[in-house]
Amino acid sequence: MSFLSIRNLSVRLKKGPPLLRRVSLDVQAGEVRGLVGESGAGKSMIGKAVLGILPPSVEITGGEILLDGTDLLRLPPKDRRRRIGASCALIPQDPLTALNPSHRIGPQITDRLVDILGWPRSAAEARARDLLAEVQIPEPDRVLRAYPHELSGGMRQRILIASAFAAEPKLIVADEPTTALDVTVQKQILKLIAGMQARHGTALLFVTHDLGVVSKVCQNLSVLYSGMVVEDSAVTDFFAAPRHPYSRALLAATPKYTDPAAGLTPVPDEVIAAVRAEVAAFDAGGIA
Amino acid sequence: MALLRLLAIRLLTTLVTLAGVAVIVFFVIRVVPGNPIAMMLPPGATEDDIARLSALYGLDQPLLTQFGIWVAGVLQGDFGTSITTRQPVLDLVLGRLPATLELAIMALVMAVILGGAAALTGTRFRGGRTEGAIDVANGMALSVPDFLWGLVLILLFGVLMPVFHISGRVSPALDLPFTTDFYLFESLLRLRFDLWADIVAHMVLPALALAIPLAAIIGQLLKQSLKETMNLDYVTLARTKGYGETRVILREALRNAALPTLTLVGVQFTFLIGGTVIIERLFSYEGLGNMAIDAVINRDLPLIQGIVLLFALIFTVVNLIVDLLYAVLNPRLRHA
Repeated sequence: MSFLSIRNLSVRLKKGPPLLRRVSLDVQAGEVRGLVGESGAGKSMIGKAVLGILPPSVEITGGEILLDGTDLLRLPPKDRRRRIGASCALIPQDPLTALNPSHRIGPQITDRLVDILGWPRSAAEARARDLLAEVQIPEPDRVLRAYPHELSGGMRQRILIASAFAAEPKLIVADEPTTALDVTVQKQILKLIAGMQARHGTALLFVTHDLGVVSKVCQNLSVLYSGMVVEDSAVTDFFAAPRHPYSRALLAATPKYTDPAAGLTPVPDEVIAAVRAEVAAFDAGGIA
Repeated sequence: MALLRLLAIRLLTTLVTLAGVAVIVFFVIRVVPGNPIAMMLPPGATEDDIARLSALYGLDQPLLTQFGIWVAGVLQGDFGTSITTRQPVLDLVLGRLPATLELAIMALVMAVILGGAAALTGTRFRGGRTEGAIDVANGMALSVPDFLWGLVLILLFGVLMPVFHISGRVSPALDLPFTTDFYLFESLLRLRFDLWADIVAHMVLPALALAIPLAAIIGQLLKQSLKETMNLDYVTLARTKGYGETRVILREALRNAALPTLTLVGVQFTFLIGGTVIIERLFSYEGLGNMAIDAVINRDLPLIQGIVLLFALIFTVVNLIVDLLYAVLNPRLRHA
């Protein structure tokens, strides 16, 4: 059975247009699934819904989010928070804003272990030291006592990764974890996340708009357009032969670093029109 | 190191500020109409009497000479003699300072507690009726000045429901074994809770009158600041860790949101100290402000000068404390 199973999840702006249209996807234990799509396609929204951090301006209008067989949406808020905190974690997009500027690094890694999971403080601190070593941060004792502003963006992202893995979660949502980073650092961070995932056997929901990243770290992917899953494939199948016309156009639009002269290929208008028609048909009640 | 440098700079600017205040107060109170001699002599005094009394207090000298004499005295710790009471100004002023400090600090504590509670409750239940009710209460508290709150409180808790004292600092019948003028603190230290309760019962209403407008400002600003902080990434990340709303507000948001509020509280606290002048009068509370009004009515020039200088000193010290607190609360500033 899959660890995370999203069934027909619909989300919309309160009294506004739909943002997710009956999205279904599964993440098996230890699987890395990519969520791709253009800006506004709703890929981050799925991660937020799973982690219970949807903004107050949106509401869930239907569907289920099954975590280890339990529908999170049916749990009372407190139980839902505890369950998510104990078995899921987030690697956020922007390491510069995701650490609390007035807390030291140490407590920001150990807080969940101590406050939510009831570890003794000494055990949690030992764990934090091990994690910093694992994400290749030298002088862990100095870093644990540092404040976020004393560390570089790359360092902070490593710390956030360490913090995400702290409680050995079953599932991590990585929300464009390299987008805010310097290109030279992006590759290292990506390698680090992939390596940690493999060692810990954590399932990963990897939100990105970069198909190159998907081909390197993911086993499966879901392609979203306008809040609808248009393709759900294994990565190898997808890159060999994408099934949906939009997927094919998206793949063709990926810039090729080996051939800069080729320039950029936009997604053709007729493909956009076709996929928009699909969305419209869905909204009208037809089967997409 | 940074803190020491800050202290040194602030000490220097404090001296410059005080010098400026000394010049202004000295000349302004001599330019405005009315003079102390006229207040002291009975009607029908002769020109001769006036001249003799003026010479006695040095008021017949040129202004600049008078200023020189006063400044020379101040630099040696002699602030002159009060014309009305014939006691040294320094003794008078220092004798009243503790009463005003205790009142102002009690008012500040009340304002922080009331305003903080309003902001936290409003943030916890934001977007609902509770927040609306808090906003309305804040607006009302803010639009009524402290002396009107004083009258309202006297009417409510002094007349209609007489639960607190509305006049004085302590019941006259009580025997005070105190060695300092910090009655509130000393009664606590001496574990004389009977006296402490009486002193508090005298202070509650004037302190509350001073606190209400400041509490409203703190409540409004802190709530705004908290609500903005609650949308930041690190707060969202804390939610995924399993923290509930209340803990997220207290643990993650409060400290960062408090920083901008703190600066404003410093500025507003100096206004509150200014407010003690009227409030002390209203409640016949024997502090600096009450004495200041008497001094102005009697044209007691040396006493006015002493009180104004002391108020200026208090203001600069409050600002210094705020700056230091800011540095302590904000790690980015501490290491700069």
